[in-house]
Amino acid sequence: MSGQEARITPDASAAVLELRGLRKAFGEHQVLRGIDLTVHRHEVICVIGASGSGKSTLLKTVNLLEGIDDGEILLQGTDIADPRIDVDATRARIGVVFQQFNLFPHMSVLDNVTLASRQVHGVGRASAEENARRLLGRIGLADFAGAYPDRLSGGQQQRVAIVRAIASDPELLLLDEVTSALDPQLVGEVLDLVTELKRQGSTILMTTHEMHFARNVADRIVFLHQGEVVEQGAPADVLDAPSHPALVEFLSRVHA
Amino acid sequence: MTVPAGAGTPVAAPAPSQIELERRLYRRQRGRRSIVVSVASTVVVIAVVYFGVVNTPGWAAVQQSFFDPQTAIDSFPSILLGLWLNVRILFFSAIGVAVFGTLLAVVRGLRNPVFFPLRMLATGYTDLFRGLPLIIVLYLVGYGIPGLGVFPRLPAEVWGTIAIVLTYSSYIAEVLRAGMEAVHPSQRLAARSLGLSHAKTLRLVVLPQAIRKVTPALMNDFVSMQKDVGLVSILGAVDAVRSAQIAQAETYNFTPYFVAGLLFVVISLPLIRVTDAIARRQQRREQIGGTV
Repeated sequence: MSGQEARITPDASAAVLELRGLRKAFGEHQVLRGIDLTVHRHEVICVIGASGSGKSTLLKTVNLLEGIDDGEILLQGTDIADPRIDVDATRARIGVVFQQFNLFPHMSVLDNVTLASRQVHGVGRASAEENARRLLGRIGLADFAGAYPDRLSGGQQQRVAIVRAIASDPELLLLDEVTSALDPQLVGEVLDLVTELKRQGSTILMTTHEMHFARNVADRIVFLHQGEVVEQGAPADVLDAPSHPALVEFLSRVHA
Repeated sequence: MTVPAGAGTPVAAPAPSQIELERRLYRRQRGRRSIVVSVASTVVVIAVVYFGVVNTPGWAAVQQSFFDPQTAIDSFPSILLGLWLNVRILFFSAIGVAVFGTLLAVVRGLRNPVFFPLRMLATGYTDLFRGLPLIIVLYLVGYGIPGLGVFPRLPAEVWGTIAIVLTYSSYIAEVLRAGMEAVHPSQRLAARSLGLSHAKTLRLVVLPQAIRKVTPALMNDFVSMQKDVGLVSILGAVDAVRSAQIAQAETYNFTPYFVAGLLFVVISLPLIRVTDAIARRQQRREQIGGTV
């Protein structure tokens, strides 16, 4: 996490992630029907769509937590859907935050945040903890370093989960409905942190139901409908001038 | 900025109302009555059992051959010495069971089809040894394996320890496996998403949580093992039970068995209490907001 520039804009010449003809079916059910999508460096993309549209599955396939049936997933130009790829090493390059936080309840906040650094990236405990304390301090949770997750509110847990995901400087951050399990008054603190990450230049692919946030923070909004990208573009274009009938209906339901 | 959860300035609670005071008085009275009733009923039951036993026609003879103070005192040192062997067997058995049982549980939890034969082997093993009475395993291992003539002569307690490890590992493996399955899949997902390998996910994320979930069951099996180490006496190891048997053969009095039994209970008591405390604590944590 570095970057002193006032505003970092997406770098259209550098694709961090490129999906080509991505397909995934669960039995007879086609969840993803040929997704083409490029995420550029420093870009924040919000994927929107009704539940069952394939949003979560899309993020899972990118992190190889779900296999695909066809297509390519290029991470910095390398196809990570190739079975010869080192899955663990690839996952270590991508940060993931889940809807239900999924912090490890038997570890302190500090151990949660430093686990990957110590066990995957070979960073010594001292420097991993120093980095973790710095990140926790930045989100105002330095005092909770020694606490266990069950002492934290949902919003605090989710912010720790985000810090855990970015502790090893991933090339790409996947956020899967990170505010959907939170009480309304806790949503803001998590979204503020995501906004902060964007300001610092993180590359983020996220699914969300927070249309205000998507409008204000996303560089691009992608609308997924029945496993296909049916519309995408700048927030204002997608949200204010939808053309696909499914998007029009979706937006009328979430009253963005 | 954000306010930490649960933060709130403590405010002195107002004085309880008249109605609440009456409720409390009633509860106190009820509580006192319950204690009186339970003490009385306990005394009555103990008295009935005691006088019932003491007044049986054979009591004098039984008391003489099972509860003779002098025989107890005379046999105590040798039985205590034997118990030391039980404690040592228990120590090594516990280590062996922890290692072998965990290994079995992990193998049974492998999902990759490559490991199918290994998994079937582990499944067959746990099925077999959970069904086989320990005493038969003791005979098979203690007399059968040395009978093969390929191993050097080892003391009976070593074969006894091996038999106990073989049997108890199968129980522990099942308990651990249940614990591992009780860890939510999202925990594995989170660990793998960080780039942790399958083995590290198991060791750092799944197993620690699994063990916490099944601690009472594990402790229960340990207590059970603690007394089953007494069965190594059938192989001729001079443990507490064997020492008692020797003393009994010398005096024609069964009191040494009573002494040995008492000693087994005494060494298991601390652990039983700890087990209860852990189970209670867990229950309290899981039943927040309800006492029914």
